[in-house]
Amino acid sequence: MTLTRPTIYSLILTLFLVSAPHAEHLPLWVSALAATLLLWRGYLAYRAAPLPSRWLLMPLTIACVAAIGINFHSLFGREVGVTLLVLLAALKLLEVRSARDAMAVIYLACFLIITNFFYSQSIPTAALMCGTLLVIVATWLRIQAPPIAFQPQLRLASVMLLQAAPLMLIAFVLFPRIQGPLWGMPQDAYSSSGLSERMEPGSLSKLTLSEAVAFRVTYASVVPRREQMYWRGPVLWNFDGRVWTTGASGFNSPAQFSDAAQPVEYSVTLEPHNKKWLYALDMPSLLPPNALMNDDFQVFSKDSIVARTRYTIRSNLSYHANLDELQSQRQRGLQLPAQLNPRARQLAATWRTRNTDDAAIVTTALRYFNQEKFSYTLEPPLLGRDGIDEFLFSTRQGFCEHYAAAFVYLMRAANIPARVVTGYQGGEYNTIGNYYIVRQSDAHAWAEVWLAGSGWVRVDPTAAIAPERVQKNLSAALLDNSALAFMARNPPQWLLNLRMNLDAVSNQWNQWLIGYNSEKQYALLTRLGMTEVSWESMARQLMLGLSIVIAALALWLMRHLWVRERDPVQAAWLKFCKRMARAGVPRATHETALDYVSRISSHYPHQRAQLFAIAEQYNALRYGEEHAELRAFQHAVRTFKL
Amino acid sequence: MTHSLKNVIAQTEQIIVGKPLQIRLALACLLARGHLLIEDLPGVGKTTLAHVLAKTLGLQFQRIQFTSDLLPADILGVSVYQRDTADFKFHAGPIFAQMILADEVNRATPKAQSALLEAMEEQQVTIEGVTRALPMPFFVIATQNPAHQIGTYPLPESQLDRFLMRIELGYPDAVAERGLLAGIDRRELVKNLTPQLDTAELFSLQQQVAKIFVAPALLDYVQAILKHTRESASYVHGLSPRAGLALLAAARAWALLDGRKSVLPEDVQAVLGSVANHRLQSTQVRGETPNVGAQLLAAVAIP
Repeated sequence: MTLTRPTIYSLILTLFLVSAPHAEHLPLWVSALAATLLLWRGYLAYRAAPLPSRWLLMPLTIACVAAIGINFHSLFGREVGVTLLVLLAALKLLEVRSARDAMAVIYLACFLIITNFFYSQSIPTAALMCGTLLVIVATWLRIQAPPIAFQPQLRLASVMLLQAAPLMLIAFVLFPRIQGPLWGMPQDAYSSSGLSERMEPGSLSKLTLSEAVAFRVTYASVVPRREQMYWRGPVLWNFDGRVWTTGASGFNSPAQFSDAAQPVEYSVTLEPHNKKWLYALDMPSLLPPNALMNDDFQVFSKDSIVARTRYTIRSNLSYHANLDELQSQRQRGLQLPAQLNPRARQLAATWRTRNTDDAAIVTTALRYFNQEKFSYTLEPPLLGRDGIDEFLFSTRQGFCEHYAAAFVYLMRAANIPARVVTGYQGGEYNTIGNYYIVRQSDAHAWAEVWLAGSGWVRVDPTAAIAPERVQKNLSAALLDNSALAFMARNPPQWLLNLRMNLDAVSNQWNQWLIGYNSEKQYALLTRLGMTEVSWESMARQLMLGLSIVIAALALWLMRHLWVRERDPVQAAWLKFCKRMARAGVPRATHETALDYVSRISSHYPHQRAQLFAIAEQYNALRYGEEHAELRAFQHAVRTFKL
Repeated sequence: MTHSLKNVIAQTEQIIVGKPLQIRLALACLLARGHLLIEDLPGVGKTTLAHVLAKTLGLQFQRIQFTSDLLPADILGVSVYQRDTADFKFHAGPIFAQMILADEVNRATPKAQSALLEAMEEQQVTIEGVTRALPMPFFVIATQNPAHQIGTYPLPESQLDRFLMRIELGYPDAVAERGLLAGIDRRELVKNLTPQLDTAELFSLQQQVAKIFVAPALLDYVQAILKHTRESASYVHGLSPRAGLALLAAARAWALLDGRKSVLPEDVQAVLGSVANHRLQSTQVRGETPNVGAQLLAAVAIP
């Protein structure tokens, strides 16, 4: 069967629809080349021109593969695989001549649909892919069925997909979810946006421009005040004059929290960030299973978070942390790079001479930030070699990382153990879903100092300059917020409501569709009354469910086979037709009685009169007004023999 | 079938040779009180058929040649000022006749077309605020050229629906054509025709048609056909309930022509093509427009 021009066009459309979302992450030359190949095929179809010869396609294909190899330095992995698929599918279209070739393109398109979910599993992506699937099925029908216009074909395709929906639902619920890497996404499936183990001037302010969700929090009962919502991330010890890094913090000494009070329990749904740590409020007291706390009170999971993860955790908002801190840790909190920032050291030294009490020095420092003309901005001026000095004495404009860094530097110079803590602060309350959303724009950095008798105490120098940052949000704290993402500024209320609604929907989507893992499956199936949930029983139920649905559909389609004819005239007539069919002359469904008997009598001319009599009687009984003799008709049918 | 109907058919077949089926369809259309649309190339005898039918049925006949500059007043008539009586006198247009031949109806502008089509639907016309009834019976035979010919305004689907049937004449076969070429001029023959029916007889025949019995089983069949057109992917839209009524009326008339008192599936099948062809738009994109009627007939089982 040769392919018509509209079929080729719809194949091109299909490939375009499945490949276009990939343009976002494919190298530009690949997107351009794929588009060119599709256009070329379209042009050839339009011109009804012959397809390029194998001697042109073969080197082209080899060149494409080689170029991909050079571009990615590899021929394996997700990116390379997707790139290869996109290009080879477009190339395949250039040698599509028969319906069989077209089917190969259809299968490739189906596979490419799946690859789109490697990059995004959001609702819009799913909706787009459903639409694309519809076009694929319609194109498929166009290849297989007689040529009709695209619109009724789309209608037919939607009906088919709807009929398949119950099967899909059963398979989704019952297909055994096996824990392990086999079912997970590729390791590089998620770009790692979020906090990292290092902090330098500008790294946090850049992060706060992103509106991406970091995690969502549901509090069990007590909701802490906003200024208590410090979500602990990496703790930074080492400073080289510009960059803060974590250094070597281990899992050696267990944390000692005394006078712990104000417990809060909450569960966090963490977006994948490719790092191992989990976020918790200061200070975590009951960890989720498979989680550990390091010496800096940071919580770690066993594996990298490469899929959306939900965990329940408990924290105490009031505490004394490590009153007896190890000498070595206290020493770590005093290290400073030599020779840099002399003026800051000098300032700290004057504070030290005036006060002997560590806590008084902390207060002095905070007062210093508060009373001197410091300002809080997303776009601070660049800093040079003695960055802390420049910041403290000349530019005096900075974001939270500047304040945290300068504060910790001053403390260390004044001989008080101190460290930088990064994480998130605050969050946005979603009234519809009754949960908090913490976004990348809530990223924050603060300080911790160790004071004898109090342990590690959180000090947020940003709160001394811009208290609104901690009490309300970032936008309130900035004088000029034009650099922020639009939604982080002060958008209209309806837009905020819309975003809340969308996020609530997307949260449900994540919980129930994307996050439908083995535990969820177990919970759901037990609630549905399955007593023994194992993969064998699930497989059995799956087969059973699928068979029931298919059997029900089949019965529905064959329903006319056992609907008994109640009309005696029609029953006798059908019996007659059946006998004639057995004799080798079956009635066509649209054949009228007289047409039928005249056809039979052309085979059996001797019975012509009897046959016509039967047909006449049938017509009179079934379509006539006067009531003809039913018995005579039944008798005629019964006694009739060929 | 009554004697006079037989005569009508016989006389028409003398002039329009080799087209018995089309003649019967045209007659059935008339008996079912419907209007007829004949679509074909110029010169295959569309006009002659209309002439012959009018003459044979003894109907008052008017012909309107549709052109691109035809105005509604040219069809309906116009009031003209009378100097002697000092008032307006209505001069009836050609529409006031029992049988109208609207020739090449798709050459006129939609405005002129709609004047005719409204008269067809309402059986009356309103001119300058005065409603005037049209004569009874009122029967329109419209002819149209195939849509691909130059200078045509195709009738919209809603207006096509007002024609009970659309038939095509087609070229005559070799024998018929030979007779046509060798015989006397058709126009002369038409002049000499005598009416075979009078108006009262025609009325009574039309009433008989309406009384032809339709069994529930046949209604099942008609409904199955309608259902199929609405559900099948082969047609852009399904048939309307009005089309269903039209199919039934035409089948009744066909049954009468066949001398039966009740409608059989055969009757439905005989008229199905001419009733459904112009009402169904095929979704098939390529090639020739398929014979929708035949396709439909084969697709629907008789219940």
